[in-house]
Amino acid sequence: MNIHEYQAKDVLRRYGVPIPPGEVATTPDEAEAIARRVGKPVMVKAQVHVGGRGKAGGVKFCPTPEAAREKATAILGMDIKGLTVEKVLVTEAADIGTEAYVGIIVDRATKKAVFMVSAAGGIDIEEVAATTPEKIKYFPVDPRFGLLPFEAQQLGFFLYQDAKQARAAGKIMQQLYTAFVENGCSLAEINPLVVTPAGEVIAVDAKMVIDDNELERRKDLEALRDESSEAPSEVDARNANLTFIKLDGNVGCIVNGAGLAMATMDLVKFYGGEPANFLDIGGSSNPEKVVNALRIITADENVKAILFNIFGGITRTDDVANGIVTATKQNPLKVPIVIRLTGTNEEIAVKILSDNGFTALTDMDEAVKKAVQLATEGGK
Amino acid sequence: MSVFIDKDTRLIVQGITGRDGSFHAKQMMEYGTQVVAGVTPGKGGQKFEGSVPVFNTVEEAVKETGANTSVIYVPPPFAADAMMEAAAAGVQFVVCITEGVPVIDMLKVRPYVIERGARLLGPNCPGAITPGQSKVGIIPGRICTPGNVGVVSRSGTLTYEVVNHLTKAGLGQSTCVGIGGDPINGTGFIDVLQAFENDPDTKVVAMMGEIGGTDEQDAAAFIKEKMTKPVVGFIAGQTAPPGRRMGHAGAIISGSSGTAAEKIDAFKAAGMGVAQRPIDFVELVRERLS
Repeated sequence: MNIHEYQAKDVLRRYGVPIPPGEVATTPDEAEAIARRVGKPVMVKAQVHVGGRGKAGGVKFCPTPEAAREKATAILGMDIKGLTVEKVLVTEAADIGTEAYVGIIVDRATKKAVFMVSAAGGIDIEEVAATTPEKIKYFPVDPRFGLLPFEAQQLGFFLYQDAKQARAAGKIMQQLYTAFVENGCSLAEINPLVVTPAGEVIAVDAKMVIDDNELERRKDLEALRDESSEAPSEVDARNANLTFIKLDGNVGCIVNGAGLAMATMDLVKFYGGEPANFLDIGGSSNPEKVVNALRIITADENVKAILFNIFGGITRTDDVANGIVTATKQNPLKVPIVIRLTGTNEEIAVKILSDNGFTALTDMDEAVKKAVQLATEGGK
Repeated sequence: MSVFIDKDTRLIVQGITGRDGSFHAKQMMEYGTQVVAGVTPGKGGQKFEGSVPVFNTVEEAVKETGANTSVIYVPPPFAADAMMEAAAAGVQFVVCITEGVPVIDMLKVRPYVIERGARLLGPNCPGAITPGQSKVGIIPGRICTPGNVGVVSRSGTLTYEVVNHLTKAGLGQSTCVGIGGDPINGTGFIDVLQAFENDPDTKVVAMMGEIGGTDEQDAAAFIKEKMTKPVVGFIAGQTAPPGRRMGHAGAIISGSSGTAAEKIDAFKAAGMGVAQRPIDFVELVRERLS
C-alpha cells in the first residue's frame, strides 16, 4: 500500500528524522492559513500516488501566503496521470545545497533489506541505476542487528566528505531503517536528502510503501489508506476480500488463484481478446465471494462476456456454482457467461448449474475461446 | 526416488486442530502420507482422528515421533514463529502453506531456518507431492500420477492446471513442488532445479514462473550452465500492468523490470522449451521425454 508524502513524513518525524514543518490542506483557504503559520516561503505539493508530480506541475514554490492560496487553487483538482489531486502538502521551502538519495527496499535477489544510497539525488533513482550505476552504493542489512552505527557512518561518508554531515546522514539512515522495520515497509526512501547552505542535513521528500501483508495486524497503518486514490471498484473488491485489478478489455475474468488468474488473462489475449480485469476469488471460496465478484465485474460497462475459470483444490466448485446461481437470481445478467470448472466436487457443481439452466465446461482453452467469441460479438 | 519427500517422510502438522489444518491433515492421511504428529499449543495429549498424537510443542513432537518434516497451517501473525520453532526443533523440511506472512517477518525467518540446517518451502505455497508416496500441503492428490516429470511452480492452481494436463496425457510426475508467490521465500527455483537434476527419477522438468523479480532469469542461467536435463517453462502475467500486485505479493512488475517478456527471453536464451499456454506443456514435455 502506498502512503502519501505527508503521511510518510509524519511517520519519519516520529523517529527523529529532521523534516521541514508542513501540514496538509484540502482547500486554498487552508493552504494559505498553513503558509501563514509557517511564516516563510513554502512549497505546495500535490499528494497523489504517482511519480513525476513536479514535471506535471503539481509542485510549486510560493513566496507568500497569497501565492500559496493561488497555487493550491490551481493544483487541487488537477489531474496527474489519471489521478485527481485531493490534497496538497504545504511545507516550508528548504534552502537546497546538495541533493542525495537514501532508500531501503526488500531485495528479492539477496532476500534482505538493502540500503541504496547515492550522492546523485533528487531524480529518479532507477535512472541513476541504469545510466551511472557506480554512483549507487548497495548495502544489505543483517536483520538481527539492524543498521549498526559504524555501517550507518560508512554510508554517510559515501555521501558526504564533511564528518558532521556524514554522521547526521548516518543517524537519519538508522532512523529510516527503524521506521522501515517497525512499520512493515517494503520500501522507504528519502529523496532528496538535502544539505542546506547552513550545513544541516534534512529530508525534503519521503516515500513509504507498506507491505499489504502487514495491514491485517496493524490497523494504525491500514488507517493511512487513501481510498480516494484508488478505483472505486478496487476498494469495493478489497472490502469483499477479493483481489481485483481493473483493466481495459471486455472479457470479465473470475478465477481462483493468482497464477491461474494471470494465465487466464494471458489466454484471453492469446485467443484474440482483451481481459477486463484480474480477479482472484482466493482459496476457500464461499458462495458470497462469488456473488460479490459478479457484482463488481458486471458494474464495468466494458464487460461484454464473463468467464469463470475455477480449478477446485481447496476451492469447492459446488460453492462457486451456488454462488453463480444466487448472484444471477438476485441480479440477472445482461451479458453472456462462460463457466469452466473442474476439480473438487465437480459433479455436484455441474448438476447445480445445469438444474439452473447453465452449461459448464471443463476445458480451459475451450472456455476462453468461447468467452472471447461472445465478447467480440457483444461488442459489435 | 523423488525430491524433498517420499514414502519415508514422517510429518508433523502444525495447527492440526484448526479449520484448514484439520481438513488438510485428513486429506494427507487419506493420500497415504505418514502424519505422525500434530502440534497445537494447549491441546497436547489429545488424539487427532483418534490416532495422531497432538503435542504442545514441535520439540516434543519430534522427540516422541522421530518426525523429519513439518507442514504449517497457522494464521499469518503466528506463521513466522511456527517456521522458526520447527527449524529449532531439528525438523529438516519445513513447509509453510500460510498466505499473508509479513515480509519483515520473512527477512528474519529465512536466515534463522537456514542456519539451523533446515529447508523451508514457502510461505504462501501449495506444498509438495510425490505421487503415490507422500503429499505435504494442499495439492489435490487425484490429479497427480507417478512418473518422470519434475514440476516446480510459483503458483497453486496454475500448477494444478498443468499437472492435470500432464496426467491426462499419461505424463506422470516424480515430484511437484510449489515454491510460493512471496518475494522472500525459503526455497527458490534453483534449489528445486538442482534437486531435480540430482534425482534419477526425474527426466524432464516443467517450470511455471510469473512476473516480478528475477528468479526466473536466474533459473534460466542456472539451467543453461548447470543442468543436463531439459526444462520447459511458462510465465504467467503477460497481460499484467506494471506497478500492480497481481494477487501474489511477489507478482509485480517494478518499473520495466520483472516483465513476462524479459523472462521468456531468458528461457529462450537458455535453450528451454517455452509453453505459451498451459496445455502446451504436454507436447513440449513429451518431445523431451522420448
